[in-house]
Amino acid sequence: MKIAVCVKQVPDTWAEKRLRPADSLLDRESAEGVLNELDEYAVEEALKIQEAHGGEVTIVSMGPERAVETIRKALSMGADAGIHIVDDALSGSDALATSAVLAGVLKDRGFDLIIFGSESTDARMSVVPAMVSERLGLPQLTFAQKVDVNGGTITIERQTDYGFDSVEASSPVVVSVVEKINEPRYPSFKGIMAAKKKPLETLSVADAGVAAGSVGTGAAWSVVADFAARPPKAAGTIVNDEGAGGVKIAEFLATNKII
Amino acid sequence: MDHRLSSEYSDLRAVVEQFAHDVIAPVAAENYENHSFPYDIVKQMGEMGLFGLPFSEDFGGMGGDYFALCIAIEELARVDSSVAITVEAAVSLGAMPIYLFGTEDQKREWLPKLTSGTMLGAFGLTEPGGGTDAGAARTTAHLEGDEWVINGSKSFITNSGTAITGLVTVMAVTGTKDDGSKELSTIIVPAHTPGLTVAPAYSKVGWNASDTHALFFDNVRVPRANLLGELGRGYAQFLQILDEGRIAIAALATGLAQGCVDECVRYSHERQAFGQEIGKFQAIAFMIADMEVRAHTARLAYYDAGSRMLAGEPFKRQAAIAKLHASDAAVTNARWATQVFGGYGYMNEYAVARFWRDSKILEIGEGTNEVQRMLIARDLGI
Repeated sequence: MKIAVCVKQVPDTWAEKRLRPADSLLDRESAEGVLNELDEYAVEEALKIQEAHGGEVTIVSMGPERAVETIRKALSMGADAGIHIVDDALSGSDALATSAVLAGVLKDRGFDLIIFGSESTDARMSVVPAMVSERLGLPQLTFAQKVDVNGGTITIERQTDYGFDSVEASSPVVVSVVEKINEPRYPSFKGIMAAKKKPLETLSVADAGVAAGSVGTGAAWSVVADFAARPPKAAGTIVNDEGAGGVKIAEFLATNKII
Repeated sequence: MDHRLSSEYSDLRAVVEQFAHDVIAPVAAENYENHSFPYDIVKQMGEMGLFGLPFSEDFGGMGGDYFALCIAIEELARVDSSVAITVEAAVSLGAMPIYLFGTEDQKREWLPKLTSGTMLGAFGLTEPGGGTDAGAARTTAHLEGDEWVINGSKSFITNSGTAITGLVTVMAVTGTKDDGSKELSTIIVPAHTPGLTVAPAYSKVGWNASDTHALFFDNVRVPRANLLGELGRGYAQFLQILDEGRIAIAALATGLAQGCVDECVRYSHERQAFGQEIGKFQAIAFMIADMEVRAHTARLAYYDAGSRMLAGEPFKRQAAIAKLHASDAAVTNARWATQVFGGYGYMNEYAVARFWRDSKILEIGEGTNEVQRMLIARDLGI
């Protein structure tokens, strides 16, 4: 089974992130880059499927030079090869452009299974997996909390608000996974050292078969118009309950049009 | 000249840091309070290969080196010294003697289990009547037919009484040399061998979640083939093990010293006094700055000893300096961190209180700090 896992480098979840005033893009210097947490679950799931059914796991990531660290992290967990799409033209790309580039790289490579984390911790849109599956014309098995592989049939449990839906499709398919699905492994030192020797392909936008003019800030359908720092918390109002506390709470809620 | 970590070491450091933060930190206080040995954490560290770091892949190791082990120990000790010493003792004292001195058969029998962390080994050196004075050993072993018969006792033996302890390597007097001094040798004693009694766990000042016992040997019989290395080489073996071990203990102490800084930096923002964060007070800020200096220089000292060790150069003096300086840094930082936290620092549920109780042993174990000074002075030709 040929498996691709699409991963993204994101600013450290716990770091204080900044946007650049000039172009409203993330100041990547402001925070350390890490492998998007949900993508770790996607890598883990790919490795588990590989352990059970054999095959090869390829990590695919679009991002600046240093995103290679993220690919290497996934390789140190046990994946076999990496593809890094890096191009100055990509800066400021939105989800549509990202999905076009990923789809361009993924098509014609014969992947049976393309796995994503269901969202990134920075953009949090959850749309790229669906967009990629649409562009490739593949079934989308998104928001999976469980994946079963039975020959060419892939069955997932799609997490919903009320429980789960069982969804099935024939490979090739696109899967996105949620946190519940597994417990990602920590890379071993052997894995860390082996990761250096694994094949890593570096591609440009042109290699992905996408026109440079259709990606990046200029081509983005959605842009950040403006931003401001979160205002500091204002001091709250303290009301002493002298028998009429309930009434005062109701008045407060009514004043603020909450009730 | 570059004293910074290569990418393999720094990736390993990052992985262990994340593991310590995600898996160990949430349960450290509870394990400490309950004196419970963290089997689940040991299992996960085994899966990550931490017990196999310095060993070749032939025996289930990670193909790394002893310095990689030190890096991992530092990161573990930033969060929990009990876990760090469990790994240090299991690798450095449990598995390493067999790896360095064992026969092919002994290595095949023991190492795959030890390097995967599914079994822990212990090293029985210290006795009730002698730690620093290892030559005062009174535990004896003599041959009867094809068996060693061992009698005596050992003190403060780490990892000797867990449910997954598989062996204790015992240093025993096996005869008298021509010059009248004791002939010391090491012998592998499998756990649960009849006549081996594991005393109840000690009540220790710190390292509560690590496993430490006294051992008693009453006509313990093991096969002659359990002799580890050459007869009469026990003392030399132990000196070799301890030189490396000092770098590992220096790394552990550095981790504790750094953990104190981590906690204090966080708390200096959280805690308010007189209408501002306590970090705004120079008294607190300077204390934390000095603590960082100690942690940083302790790290440089053990990196230096480590780089000499990896290059195959003499490192005895540098290892002694690193162990002395880092343990000093750990004790001082723990004392100051407790002060920064005030009354909360005296409460066991706070990490700095654990650090305080865990730090003292670092001036004693793996050669007391007085022994380190002796070694340094001797190496200077004094």
